[in-house]
Amino acid sequence: MSEQYTLRVNGADRPVQDAWVGESLLYVLRERLGLLAAKGACEQGECGSCSVLVDGEVVCSCLVLAASAVGQEITTVEGLAEPGAPTDVQQAYVDAGAVQCGFCTPGLIMATHALLERTAAPSELEIREALSGNVCRCTGYGRIIEAVQQVAARRGEAGR
Amino acid sequence: MTDVTVRPVVDGRLGTSALRPDGLAKTQGTFAFSGDLSADGMLWGATLRSPHPFARIRSIDLSGAWQIAGVAAVVTADDVPGKPTYGLISADQPVFARDVVRYAGEPVAAVAGDHPETCRRALAAIRVDYEVLTPLVDPELAIAGAEPIHPDGNILRHQRIVRGDQDLVGEVVVEGTYEIGMQDQAFLGLEAALAIPDPGGAGVELFVATQWLHEDLGQIAACLDLPADRVRLTLGGVGGAFGAREDISLQVHTCLLALRTGRPVRIAYSREESFYGHVHRHPARIWMRHHATRDGRLQRVEARFVLDGGAYASTSSAVLVNAITHAQGPYVCDSATVEGFATRTNNLPCGAMRGFGVVQACFAHEGQMDRLAEACGLDPVEIRLRNAMRTGDRLITGQVIADVAPVAECIRATAALPLPDEPVGGRDGDPLRLPGGAGLTADVGHIRRGIGWGVSIKNLMYSEGFDDFSTARCRLADGSVTLKFATAEVGQGFVTLAPQIARTVLGVERAVCEPIDTTIGSAGSTSASRQTWMSGGAVLGACRAVAEQVVAHAAQSWGVSTAEVELVDGVLTSPDGRQATVGELSAGRVFEATFEHHHPPTEDLDEDGQGNCHTAFAFVAHRAVVDVDVELGLVKVVQIATAQDVGRALNPLSVRGQIEGGIAQGVGLAVMEEIVQTDGRVRNASFTDYLLPTMLDMPEVVAELIEIPEPRSPLGAKGVGEPPCISSTPAVLAAIRDATGKDLRRVPVRPFDIAL
Repeated sequence: MSEQYTLRVNGADRPVQDAWVGESLLYVLRERLGLLAAKGACEQGECGSCSVLVDGEVVCSCLVLAASAVGQEITTVEGLAEPGAPTDVQQAYVDAGAVQCGFCTPGLIMATHALLERTAAPSELEIREALSGNVCRCTGYGRIIEAVQQVAARRGEAGR
Repeated sequence: MTDVTVRPVVDGRLGTSALRPDGLAKTQGTFAFSGDLSADGMLWGATLRSPHPFARIRSIDLSGAWQIAGVAAVVTADDVPGKPTYGLISADQPVFARDVVRYAGEPVAAVAGDHPETCRRALAAIRVDYEVLTPLVDPELAIAGAEPIHPDGNILRHQRIVRGDQDLVGEVVVEGTYEIGMQDQAFLGLEAALAIPDPGGAGVELFVATQWLHEDLGQIAACLDLPADRVRLTLGGVGGAFGAREDISLQVHTCLLALRTGRPVRIAYSREESFYGHVHRHPARIWMRHHATRDGRLQRVEARFVLDGGAYASTSSAVLVNAITHAQGPYVCDSATVEGFATRTNNLPCGAMRGFGVVQACFAHEGQMDRLAEACGLDPVEIRLRNAMRTGDRLITGQVIADVAPVAECIRATAALPLPDEPVGGRDGDPLRLPGGAGLTADVGHIRRGIGWGVSIKNLMYSEGFDDFSTARCRLADGSVTLKFATAEVGQGFVTLAPQIARTVLGVERAVCEPIDTTIGSAGSTSASRQTWMSGGAVLGACRAVAEQVVAHAAQSWGVSTAEVELVDGVLTSPDGRQATVGELSAGRVFEATFEHHHPPTEDLDEDGQGNCHTAFAFVAHRAVVDVDVELGLVKVVQIATAQDVGRALNPLSVRGQIEGGIAQGVGLAVMEEIVQTDGRVRNASFTDYLLPTMLDMPEVVAELIEIPEPRSPLGAKGVGEPPCISSTPAVLAAIRDATGKDLRRVPVRPFDIAL
């Protein structure tokens, strides 16, 4: 348990000390850096609850060794907005009823932001495809699709 | 007090889609789930589990674990200070196995250490000498009298229902045997708890994701040999439940390690461990024979239910009674001959999951109704309408349905909902719309579409004489309400509903919930579709009691009798026109009341299965549309239409969320979800191998709410959580039968059931 390295998380350098080299990025974010938004639910990259951005790409942080992410830009939900000042995506999830237990929500928020960066006005099928790596057990996904569509529509109106 | 009234405008009352108070925190990652909790000096705990489904423990050598640097405690059955076993209905499950292990995954020991990896190494260093025995895995052998695998025997419950004409043979008789696989609740927030010991080990505080804090407390205190007031529970944020958190899992282990080490301990299960750590939906085999007149009127149901409870009792006895008492479905039927067994085997323990026995019964009776329709030359909708139950009809237990029972209304409303307007494969021909998704399927020309139906009845709340109650406190001060209850918020939204009740009764705007813990009386379990009715009733009662106090205070101030003061929308009015708001009257004052809501008593069943054993009922209809690739055996569920008897939609957005989420679990059971066991060993304890519906698997849901307020319910509402996942499953199977012409009688349906 003697690894020392520095991660770049949400725009800040975060030193990691006395770590075990086998620790996943998810574990280090949560247990060493106190960034609890990313959740662990399958440890196999199947459910998307631990989604974060690494150099702009959505990845499952449970599948990334923390020590291998040195030198990359890591963004977590904590890096999207200050508490109480939600992004449009976060607000839409609440307004549309897309949150029940909420365990999958931070991962879905990351995946939704990434989708809407790539595709400003996704079709319903594009939304389903883009978010199919994020399992939600409570909602049946209907309100989540609604939330994404609300954001896309509002951004479209604002952009006109 | 003023004479000029500013009428308070209050949003978020009953009937509006008030938003979750915890919603923003959940989207921003600041909501604390039980697995997010930590404490200074905290250790990690981990559990050693049996690799064998049935074995005698000859010896356990812990010395290797103690040699791992960083290990602070190693405990086994010898270290449990109090009662060695626990259980919801009968305490037959060991905290740790002592002499015998009865399922693969049963806890044998636990360790505490300074890092999860330390714990993993310590567990690997424990040597258990097992004498491996031949597991009992066939429930029929358990019934036939196989050597008992537990001192309490291999039959967890046997119950029959005998009613009406036992010799009746219908003009039309259909029979079939139906199988339901073992489903996992698969909540996303894995089991996790943080225990903090009191100085000197005098007590312990546990933060845990559970469905029923007080029941946990009683079981934990007994196993730890602590007085109940020395064990305090606070709800850690719950990442879904669906029945899997009704039984104890890591609660006693975590507390025991904390008391042993004198330090805070957190246990957090992995996904694989979670499959072993909680009970599942009972796999079932159900034979049914239906007797009807030539014109399709149901006269008699014969049935035999076998539900495999696995190694320990959990709630199997209640699940069995739920299953057999719902054998007729939502249909009038005067005669019945039903036998039910819940068995003990060396398979994974089973207990509560959303639908609680009725899922299994419904899959069988709805298969039968389709057979009956075919035999009578009737349409699936017509046969169901012809037999639809109404208020005042009797169940096969003799119980009269006193509830609003809009079965025909649900069916007709569902039938009126639009079918999908897209052809097979959609208008754009995108392969993602086809069964199996991109890359796996044959062309559109090989795909057949089918439509099927499912209709169900579900009991609400607890049954068989259980004194079911919930407690809530309302405190009004300076125009703000704080509500206190021990109702487990598991995602269903009671923390949204409770303030809605307060705003409606007291007309105030600010209503918040206090932390959910055991410093108030029990709320009962968040299960059985019961909290809106039970805890909703408790919050309503507490708020009304506070309203009476405010009215009394105003009456006294105005020198009039309380009967003369009116409270409407937060404004009190005297007969001579003086007015004051609740906010003004509570300035600098505190009004407080606690209320316990009990539902009317129920009865045990007699030996013929007769008795008023259930409290209330809700009804729902589902229509499924599926596309099936008959060559590959792949299914795409295209649409589920549903009309549900909800009483009154207190929060329409939440109701819709329950309907869509429940349907997702029903669809999952129909086409993909099953824990597969071979000789008592689980073969798919991961999300890679246990399949869950993703956004691409989930069909469009078209839903209509049948709102007829239920007079027996405190708020007019019925529980809405379970019905969506009950008849959606048989509807999907009926649709696959319709598409393929195959006589499918098992869920989940597998590709080889269709294609071979």
